[in-house]
Amino acid sequence: MDLIRQPWPWYVAGPLIGLIVPALLLLGNKAFGISSSLRHICAACVPANISFFKYDWKKEKWNLFFAAGIIIGGFIATSFLSNPGQVNINTHTTALLQQEGVKDFSGLLPQDIFSFRQLFTLRGFVFMVVGGFLVGFGTRYAGGCTSGHAIMGISSLQWPSLVATSCFMIGGFVMTWFILPYLLEL
Amino acid sequence: MKNIKFLILGLLFGIILVKSQVISWFRIQEMFRLQAFHMYGIIGSAIVIGIISIQLIKRFQLKTIHGEQTVIPDKTFHWGNVYGGLIFGCGWAITGACPGPLFAQIGSGVLVTIVTLLSAIAGTWIYGLIREKLPH
Repeated sequence: MDLIRQPWPWYVAGPLIGLIVPALLLLGNKAFGISSSLRHICAACVPANISFFKYDWKKEKWNLFFAAGIIIGGFIATSFLSNPGQVNINTHTTALLQQEGVKDFSGLLPQDIFSFRQLFTLRGFVFMVVGGFLVGFGTRYAGGCTSGHAIMGISSLQWPSLVATSCFMIGGFVMTWFILPYLLEL
Repeated sequence: MKNIKFLILGLLFGIILVKSQVISWFRIQEMFRLQAFHMYGIIGSAIVIGIISIQLIKRFQLKTIHGEQTVIPDKTFHWGNVYGGLIFGCGWAITGACPGPLFAQIGSGVLVTIVTLLSAIAGTWIYGLIREKLPH
């Protein structure tokens, strides 16, 4: 039980995530991918006569159940299987982030950026609202996210997924190294 | 309820995401600053196990639990893979979350992520709205 409560190393978590690929295939020919759930939510709630949202989303309901499961899993892991506290990241990263203006290192996300109070500041708006928008717009434009392209796509040896994953990383590097320091100053 | 099994699988995925701290903004920062192997190890080993599993499924022509032939849909290249990929990469570095961790963060009690998720849904919706005008 103590082992479960500790943070899991990459060589435990990674292979377990990899096993979701065959599990979904064998449980009903489903391709691992989370960002599609955002499209199904649009199709179910606000289709607005847009052709991209005119399809039978109910046939893809499994994906919404999977997403709901992630929420429940997040709750279970945090409530019963974790020792709460600070994430043990590289001290160099901490030092750099401190230099760039991040103050709170006590939880999963820096609360001086991500909180309801910060939502109405320019910085908070950029990190939560603009950032979220880029995630939703970008994943759909790219045709998938880390699960759909990086894991499912590359696992099935599809080169467009390798291209997409490389672009995820390039976008992330450019943002982190060249733009984020300015955003943190907002 | 044939969808319960997917809910349970999602639940396990959510637990893994939290326990390996993939849902932490700090972990994503560490990854993009190349200051830890953690995230690369997780994604890399997930891919290795994924490749091996799919090869085994193909080699032994394993069927689904309903006795159907397993099919893996082909992804065809379009320039959205590039443009959208770059845009998502930027969003990933800002929010510290891809879509899976957004759901897991909400479950973990970081309720403000609901705003980020709603914004991601809005982003998906706007993509659908202007899709025809975008280069693909």
